[in-house]
Amino acid sequence: MTQVSETTAARTTVGTTDAAPGAGLAAERVRWSVGGRLILDDVDVTAPPGAVTGLLGPNGTGKSTLLRLVAGVQAPDGGQVALVEASGREDLLAMPRRRRARTLAFVEQDAATELPVTVLDAVLLGRTPHRSLLAGPTDDDHTIARAALDRVGAEHLAARDVTTLSGGERQRVHMARALAQAPRVLLLDEPTNHLDVAAQLATMRLVRELATEGVTVLAALHDLSLAAATCDHAVVLAPGAAGHVAAAGPVDEVLVPEVIDPVYGVRTTVLRHPRTGRPVLTFDEH
Amino acid sequence: MSRTATAAAPGTLSRGRLVAWLAGTTAALLATVVVAVAIGPAGLTPSDVAQVVATRLRLGDVLGLAAPDPLADGIVWQLRMPRVLTAAAVGAGLAVCGVVMQSLTRNPLADPYLLGLSSGASFGAACVLVLGLTAVLPIAAFVGSTVALVATLALASASGRGTGGISPARTVLAGLAVSQLAAAATSFVIFWSAKGDQYREILSWLLGSVAGATWTSVAVAGGAVLVIGAVLASTGSLLDAFTFGDTSAAALGVPVTRVRWGLLLAVALLTGALVSQSGAIGFVGLILPHAVRLLVGARHRALLPLSMLCGATFLVWADTLARTVFAPRELPVGIVTAAIGAPVFAVLLWKGRARS
Repeated sequence: MTQVSETTAARTTVGTTDAAPGAGLAAERVRWSVGGRLILDDVDVTAPPGAVTGLLGPNGTGKSTLLRLVAGVQAPDGGQVALVEASGREDLLAMPRRRRARTLAFVEQDAATELPVTVLDAVLLGRTPHRSLLAGPTDDDHTIARAALDRVGAEHLAARDVTTLSGGERQRVHMARALAQAPRVLLLDEPTNHLDVAAQLATMRLVRELATEGVTVLAALHDLSLAAATCDHAVVLAPGAAGHVAAAGPVDEVLVPEVIDPVYGVRTTVLRHPRTGRPVLTFDEH
Repeated sequence: MSRTATAAAPGTLSRGRLVAWLAGTTAALLATVVVAVAIGPAGLTPSDVAQVVATRLRLGDVLGLAAPDPLADGIVWQLRMPRVLTAAAVGAGLAVCGVVMQSLTRNPLADPYLLGLSSGASFGAACVLVLGLTAVLPIAAFVGSTVALVATLALASASGRGTGGISPARTVLAGLAVSQLAAAATSFVIFWSAKGDQYREILSWLLGSVAGATWTSVAVAGGAVLVIGAVLASTGSLLDAFTFGDTSAAALGVPVTRVRWGLLLAVALLTGALVSQSGAIGFVGLILPHAVRLLVGARHRALLPLSMLCGATFLVWADTLARTVFAPRELPVGIVTAAIGAPVFAVLLWKGRARS
């Protein structure tokens, strides 16, 4: 019975979190090192429920690593990652991996394949955690995958070979795959990388819509103005002996020269967008 | 992005079409076995073959068949049938190993030879051959292939530690190193201790041949394919989850490390069993998966069983060619598969270069 109702809910509103209230994400005192070199040192990151949180910081501060640790793809050397709900906390690292994959979807950077797979089949992979590992996709899986493609505006690509897609098209397919997972938390690693301006805006509009529907989003981003325009919260990782949190909080409080300048080694001017009123950041060298 | 916007890929087969493909390729394999057994200098017809097989299976009385000619019975049942069935089992097994390895290493050029498995098996086999211990050949080949697999993966993961696991490129390079080492060791063993006819025996075995196949070969190779091959063939959805790599598979809830090692160990077992009976037949595991992918797409639920069936048919025909083109002289079947496979390998390499 639950199976049926879950499926129906996912069919009508792909990417939303059924009727459940949003679940926040809390990574606490997360540590990670490679070959004796500390990459992340006691990093705390929280992503409030139903909001978009930007994970910012210069190259090499461990943004991608942190997302991989939160996604459960790699085990941290120390620390905790929890799903925070009104009813309590749940340890994500100890959660069975298939249930974790139904809770949390991860769109990594530049995921590619050499195999001539159709777009629809690629999106159907998102249904993997919702069925037995040895079973094939069901009719419901097909319906949900098509709805996810529709949601990202890529239904016309369904029969295309993914290896022939443009960067923007491929990113949409990966987003659709994540939506087909019907996650409550969405982790995005540089979702606008290599995209033209229109595709960047389309991606971030989709991300905002998902957050409105209750999905918690944590996205590593490079473009600070894009982050200022689309994120509710921001966490800035700073370089040093190891990546650590320089500032965290609402975007308006975090994306200020006092935080950005020392972390990035630039001089920041914050302007206001004349139409949206959101901060726009410009930079000079010191 | 030089390709046109209309480029499409064959999508997942519907259940009906998959069943049709399976039925068609199974029928082709059965017909191939009967015809291939008939082909040869004795001038047998497929119906002679059917008569012998039916009688041997004790169906002669039921079907009201006359007793077959003893000579035909001997040729069909003692000589050609074991050979053809061994070729079929080896072809099916190598093809399924190729599919699994190409998927897990995300490398279109992978097959049991890539990771040094066959070189390891060859080394193990050459050692026992020069010692005259032919009875333990399968065990030596299996031990050789497993040691080679473990060495390759250990080397690949040691050199890739902390950078997100075993990359395809590192796996290939590690396989190359292990394979070269095993080949050098094999050459050394042959050079040092082989005498007289052993050179010829070892050479024909290194090139791959099913000429000496017996019902024991059928039991070893066929048994391994039926048991391990069936397990591998059922892992289609798992392999699909690796389409976009390990990270993506892990994010979909797949226990990546366990699945990878489990499946690769199964591949090593199967390769060892096959190589012990047929020697190192190259390129089957490479070409067949690509050919079948062109027909039915890249989704593994269809690709795995169809590659097995087509691999079996392919190797039976390759072996039939090997024993008939220069009759009465025979070629090792490995030369035939290399003659077909090497150009295909070159094309794949060229296409890969064009893509990157």
